[in-house]
Amino acid sequence: MNLLHPLLGGVLIGAGAALLLWRNGQVAGISGITASVIRGEPGDTGWRLAFLAGLLAPAAIVGLDPSLPGDNLAVLVLSGLLVGIGTRIGSGCTSGHGVCGISSLSPRSIVATLIFMATAMLTVAVVRHGMQP
Amino acid sequence: MTLLTALVAGLLFGAGLLLSGMVNPAIVLGFLDVGGDWNPALVFTMAGAIAVLAPVSYLVRRGRITAAGPCAPAATPRRIDRALMIGAVIFGLGWGLSGICPGPGLMLLTTLGPAAFAFVAAMIVGMLGTNIVARVDGPDG
Repeated sequence: MNLLHPLLGGVLIGAGAALLLWRNGQVAGISGITASVIRGEPGDTGWRLAFLAGLLAPAAIVGLDPSLPGDNLAVLVLSGLLVGIGTRIGSGCTSGHGVCGISSLSPRSIVATLIFMATAMLTVAVVRHGMQP
Repeated sequence: MTLLTALVAGLLFGAGLLLSGMVNPAIVLGFLDVGGDWNPALVFTMAGAIAVLAPVSYLVRRGRITAAGPCAPAATPRRIDRALMIGAVIFGLGWGLSGICPGPGLMLLTTLGPAAFAFVAAMIVGMLGTNIVARVDGPDG
């Protein structure tokens, strides 16, 4: 198993979030940034769009595999809906709570991350293994 | 400068998600599949990210290095309430179904594939709908 790429990838993620926090005083929470942009919150849309453009650029340059596992549109729509609703009610996602919040030792983020990780693991267990015991 | 910094921060973040395998839902589902053929690689991603960000986060909160932006980093941990926990459960369900969280979801749009658009469109509907129906606290992140 190649562990160097996951580790280096993590270092880059941390560096990006650190730069945004240090220079701009902003948290690199992608669900929060996205929600603010689509609501058209006045004022700070510029840096958010710049961050999102940067986020998408490496993927656009390298080119990702367009086929997703299962590729079941109904499941993807349900998943997207739950991700959208959950990250708003819970005020964050993998980046905001899981990386930025934990890095600042926020009790809220630590609790949120433990809960969404456990729930996601349980969901995978049920979907992959629950049906054929 | 704020825009350029945000762009570079996004580039680093996006390159990291790409290199780590977070944009590949199969790898994410393998990480979440603790009861099956578990792939722990993303543990290293999280550890790497936190190892870099935590010291910077500490210094910024302590005011040792200055945050240049208009909005001070939200260092005030609010209470752990029901909304936080319910939201995390709903997000975990959605993440576990597809292996896609918001950042990788947006990055998958670059494939111009219908699957990515279906996910992101539904995510945006979910976000907007939640804002309309419920009073939502500002994001922690």
